[in-house]
Amino acid sequence: MTTPGLSMRPTCALIAHRGRITRVGLLVIPVAFVAVFFAYPVAAILGRGLLPNGHLDLAPLGEVVTDSGLREVAWFTLWQAAVSTLLTVVIALPGAYVLARYRFRGRRILWAAITVPFVLPTVVVGSAFRSLFADGGPLGGLGIDQSITAILIAHVFFNYAVVARTVGGLWSHLDPRQEEAARVLGASRWQAFRSVTLPALRPAIAAAAAIVFLFTFTSFGVILILGGPHYATLEVEIYRQTVSLLDLPLAAALTIVQLVAVGTLLLISSRLEGRNAGPLRLRAASEVLRRPRGWAQRAFLGANLAVMALLLGVPIGVLVERSFAVAAGGYGLGSYRALSELRRGSALFVPPVEAIANSLVFATAATAIALVVGGLAASALAMRRSRRRGRGGRPGIAAASGVETLLMLPLGVSAVTVGFGFLIALDEPPLDLRGSPALIPIAHAVVAVPFVVRVMTPVLRSIDDRLRESAALLGASPARVWREVDLPIVFRAALVAAGFAFAISLGEFGATVFIARPDYPTLPIVVFRLLGQPGTVNFGAAMAASTILMLLTATAVLAIERFRIGTVGQF
Amino acid sequence: MRRLLLALVAVVALAAACGDDSSGGDTITLVTHDSFNVSDDVLEEFTDETGVEVKLLPAGDAGATLNQAILTKDDPLGDVIFGVDNTFLSRALDEDILVPYESPELANVPEEFQLDPRHRVTPVDYGDVCINYDKAYFADQGLAVPETLDDLTDPRYRGLLVTENPATSSPGLAFLMATVAEYGDDGWQDYWEALRANDVTVVSGWEEAYNGEFTAGEGEGDKPLVVSYASSPPAAVYFSDPPPDESPIGTMLASCFRQIEFVGILDGTAMEEEARELVDFMLSDRFQADIPLNMFVFPVREGVELPEVFVEFADVPDDPLDLPADEIGENRESWIREWTDIVLR
Repeated sequence: MTTPGLSMRPTCALIAHRGRITRVGLLVIPVAFVAVFFAYPVAAILGRGLLPNGHLDLAPLGEVVTDSGLREVAWFTLWQAAVSTLLTVVIALPGAYVLARYRFRGRRILWAAITVPFVLPTVVVGSAFRSLFADGGPLGGLGIDQSITAILIAHVFFNYAVVARTVGGLWSHLDPRQEEAARVLGASRWQAFRSVTLPALRPAIAAAAAIVFLFTFTSFGVILILGGPHYATLEVEIYRQTVSLLDLPLAAALTIVQLVAVGTLLLISSRLEGRNAGPLRLRAASEVLRRPRGWAQRAFLGANLAVMALLLGVPIGVLVERSFAVAAGGYGLGSYRALSELRRGSALFVPPVEAIANSLVFATAATAIALVVGGLAASALAMRRSRRRGRGGRPGIAAASGVETLLMLPLGVSAVTVGFGFLIALDEPPLDLRGSPALIPIAHAVVAVPFVVRVMTPVLRSIDDRLRESAALLGASPARVWREVDLPIVFRAALVAAGFAFAISLGEFGATVFIARPDYPTLPIVVFRLLGQPGTVNFGAAMAASTILMLLTATAVLAIERFRIGTVGQF
Repeated sequence: MRRLLLALVAVVALAAACGDDSSGGDTITLVTHDSFNVSDDVLEEFTDETGVEVKLLPAGDAGATLNQAILTKDDPLGDVIFGVDNTFLSRALDEDILVPYESPELANVPEEFQLDPRHRVTPVDYGDVCINYDKAYFADQGLAVPETLDDLTDPRYRGLLVTENPATSSPGLAFLMATVAEYGDDGWQDYWEALRANDVTVVSGWEEAYNGEFTAGEGEGDKPLVVSYASSPPAAVYFSDPPPDESPIGTMLASCFRQIEFVGILDGTAMEEEARELVDFMLSDRFQADIPLNMFVFPVREGVELPEVFVEFADVPDDPLDLPADEIGENRESWIREWTDIVLR
């Protein structure tokens, strides 16, 4: 469809040549970033485990394959992640539709608020869920305390926003007239959805599902807290082997199993995603939105809002309620006051205002890094793919899949592996970053980049290449083409990505705990410290800090997404 | 685009600049676990006396902290490490990461805390992992509080105890060791069989046990017995608003296992002299008196005045259970494996 006319060939060859250079250039920074801050540290820690005396020792890998206990752990990790992902997609997809298509009061706030679960520290959410599921709790009758059901529900809770926002972001720009045309031609609602809308959404769904799979595949806190001691994922086992047993060879072997599983899945998903990524007819979100009409649409909207309220609202409500509860009965602001009064003058407890400021500064820096690195990568990946249609080069796809997989891998590798890797790898100038506060936003960005890439690439790929080619033919430089053609369309996706990146940084805990500096604690670290000691005041203050974290997240995401430059952001 | 690149370069430059501050002249780095805490003015006092600033570097829980120190043996993370306890002591000593230093302040510390004759580690504080009980629950039910570990296998206390998985929790591990100390190498397995038959609940960590399952904790728990600390009763009073006249929880003294925490000088430090000064300071009256309300453990130094809330509400066992550090070092993993087979499988 993009095959240019005969007379244009020389010019096109020129563009293609220039394009190739640009593509490689665009990838330099992302690949270097991931190589230095992810691949190198992980390779260093794997080397310690597998090359103990300079000789490769693969015996631990054999142990993982032959030990029935470890095989069971690997199998459980895989299937619980697959089921969690499937459930999350099935439950969040209708939510994505409702948020993308229906105009209703509070839609914008809801679109931002659903990211809140995503940032909550697992210890906090775990305790909220447990108070619901435990024997004396309101849902105690279900008997799902310390069960796989509790794990799955919590995974859907945490990842709902990933699917709803990634897919909803694209859905809100799909031209509804195509589906309407199919309906006019006699297709049923389901047929029209399946044959017109679903293929268009597939890249976004595949992207979101891949992220959810990675998150649940490396699940740690949820498994320990809600599953209890009977369940273990590879992540839990790697943590145990590294942190409590210091069995680096076995930890390295487990990490390799994790890497292989995650890498294979990502390559498959990347292929799936690319297969249907054709240019789409996109429209401004505001033109697509309409009020629900008739009882069926209203009921559909109502049902989805009810799901969100129950699934996301109830656990959050429990936390907020506890933050205002007063020991003697009734409600008050005691916990919020305690948060600023507790341990004043102690070296590891800074006033909460400072923790809030730290969190905001780190999140801003992490978002900036993630947008640059992820944005460059997404632009390059989208280019590669659109080229392929013109030239049909298979090696190009393989390379693109490879780069994409590399950028996603950090989500699929244990935080403890990366954290320990940082320690032994980043210890020499110019990269002596151990103990430096700069490491915190960098680590957060490593986790956020995959989101940026996954949110932006489908949108960039959907841009009709003919637009770019016309601009180039008219003499625009590649940078100018990007600015004039890609930027306006990509701006909206970049904002969604920025919201995610910001939220990820605000809530990140697993890696932060290894690299945090006491003088710069973030809010999740404050929560963690408060929960580590007995007493009503500590617990209340932890709930208050969590509530502040939630409020901060929702506000920040809302503000980021409202950000506009002229009319650009409205797209 | 160019502006974005510039921004990235700026961030990297900033990162590099920030990385440099650790090599400053008169700052020494104290690597600790996350539960370490100290009052600001106490640290300032050390700086005033010696001209040396202390930079704290929390590095995860006790196990994670020690393992990071071991991994970075060739290029240490800091100058001094705090938080190695007797359950991990043998690993720290075997890995040769510490240099000996016999502080003159040890004259004020009882012999029983000085576990390394070569003084590669210096004791700083101690605490006891014990079973805590909810006073109100036992009063309401008219049930006697269990007194011995054997009592816990009595059907009267069926389903009342929650403990932590020793594979993922430090108090859980200490309680397992308490049973090894009490029943011996060949007896503790039967004891856990009996506990399991009596419906013991196991969770992953202290937070889930205390705040989630314990009746006197913060959640909707229904277990009046929890594996926690001898300092939990005073902490429960100290962190209540308003503070009650009596602690809502008590300590079952026969269940207590002693944990001693040590400080050590990391091999490879360029500031051994200053590191020694810090070790001395951590044994000084000023620092030791600051310990209880910051870390909820007890100072090892004799004659240190305890805060009132400790004097009034803390029960300390006269003769807690303990095990030799090298025996722990040899058997830790096999105990955990056996325990897992008995209790969880």
